[in-house]
Amino acid sequence: MSTVDKPVVYKQGDYKSDVKPIWCPGCGDYHVLMSFTRAFAELGLPPEQIVVVSGIGCSSRIPAYTNCYGFHGVHGRSLALAAGLKVTRPDLTVVVASGDGDGYSIGGNHFIHACRRNVDMTYVVMDNHIYGMTKGQPSPTTEPEFDTALSPGGTGLRPFHPMVIALASGANFVARAFSGDPNATASMLVEAIRHPGFSFVEILSPCVTFRPDEKEWKNLVHPAPVTATTDPGKAARRIMTDDGFNIGILYRGDRRPYQPAIGARNFDHAELEKEFEL
Amino acid sequence: MSKMSDAPTITSLADLLAIAYQIEADAVERYNMFADQMETHNNLELAKVFRDLARAEGIHAEEIRRQAGDIDVVAHARKVAKWKKGESPEEGDLSSVNYKMTPWHALQLALASEERALAYFTHVVATTSDDKIKEMAKEFVEEEAEHVAICHRLMRKYPAPEGDSWSQDMDPAVPQG
Repeated sequence: MSTVDKPVVYKQGDYKSDVKPIWCPGCGDYHVLMSFTRAFAELGLPPEQIVVVSGIGCSSRIPAYTNCYGFHGVHGRSLALAAGLKVTRPDLTVVVASGDGDGYSIGGNHFIHACRRNVDMTYVVMDNHIYGMTKGQPSPTTEPEFDTALSPGGTGLRPFHPMVIALASGANFVARAFSGDPNATASMLVEAIRHPGFSFVEILSPCVTFRPDEKEWKNLVHPAPVTATTDPGKAARRIMTDDGFNIGILYRGDRRPYQPAIGARNFDHAELEKEFEL
Repeated sequence: MSKMSDAPTITSLADLLAIAYQIEADAVERYNMFADQMETHNNLELAKVFRDLARAEGIHAEEIRRQAGDIDVVAHARKVAKWKKGESPEEGDLSSVNYKMTPWHALQLALASEERALAYFTHVVATTSDDKIKEMAKEFVEEEAEHVAICHRLMRKYPAPEGDSWSQDMDPAVPQG
């Protein structure tokens, strides 16, 4: 067999860029980056066939740390960017990275409608229950009693439940991982990427700087007591009794991914430009 | 970290060599990652310690690759060196680092990694019924025991810091408000 015929075997390092992460030492996002690169290597996809899209926040720095195509977009708008990209280039593997502030607050509405549209892409939210980059304000998943300088005594607000929202809004794959187990997270990402339609993976990723209490998460997470279901009703009942630390795949749906005809037909860009002429 | 029940099964010498190689390769990657973090946060003394540890593990990985001869340990490791849960023994806990760490803390981390590797190969020796695997695993046990001893020796060079530990940050991150 000549060298040309040999299939390329990608290693984890092939997906890492030369840019050094500036996350705080100990941050869970380092693990998530490792899970990304391990998952990509497992999938054996050429780096140029993968696009990592993000919004704003600590988690959203991740595209720069990979060797794939990347788009560090506008706060909360990563899903809109990614959906546009995927429908025009369905041949690419699109992975979207976000955090609990970017994804559930600023981009909360995009989250709901991305689940509803079911475009074939994977949405990874690194949830640390805090706005880390802007120095520790409460996010939609912060516990009501968590005391911060900006919310003395806590917000008193019921936290957002991302998996409930994802399931109710039509996501086709819903799962939760823990950053501290990067091999298991990588396996889950492989499944999420392979699953057709909109896959949502919530990764509990501790913020060691503004939430040092989250170091305890490694002792709180546990495998979900039940296996994934294809029945949304069953998944809904399970998630309503979730303690927030169940790790595993909750739901695998079979909805057909959204793909408009526009991506397939011969599109005339000049014609479109004419429509916008003043 | 992984439990022994999560460790990959060894059915041949090739498996053992590939797994031993991957353990060292994972350690190289992890120590380099720690070194990068410390460089980013301007803890250059510690960055050097981690870089030295990475270099030492790289030498071990290369020795195993040479020892394997015709066996392509890199390719074989991709198939067999898989822990069901957790990470391989010499991957130091990513969540255990801090920008205020000292070389002593780094060596504590390295010692824990070497001890896990030692426990793993000791487990292989104790559980395999294959004489050739047992013999080679014993060599790895001896090597890991030597690495544990090196960590203890280095810790005499870098004694435990006095006073406040690095977790008591004199310049902590202050939430905005």
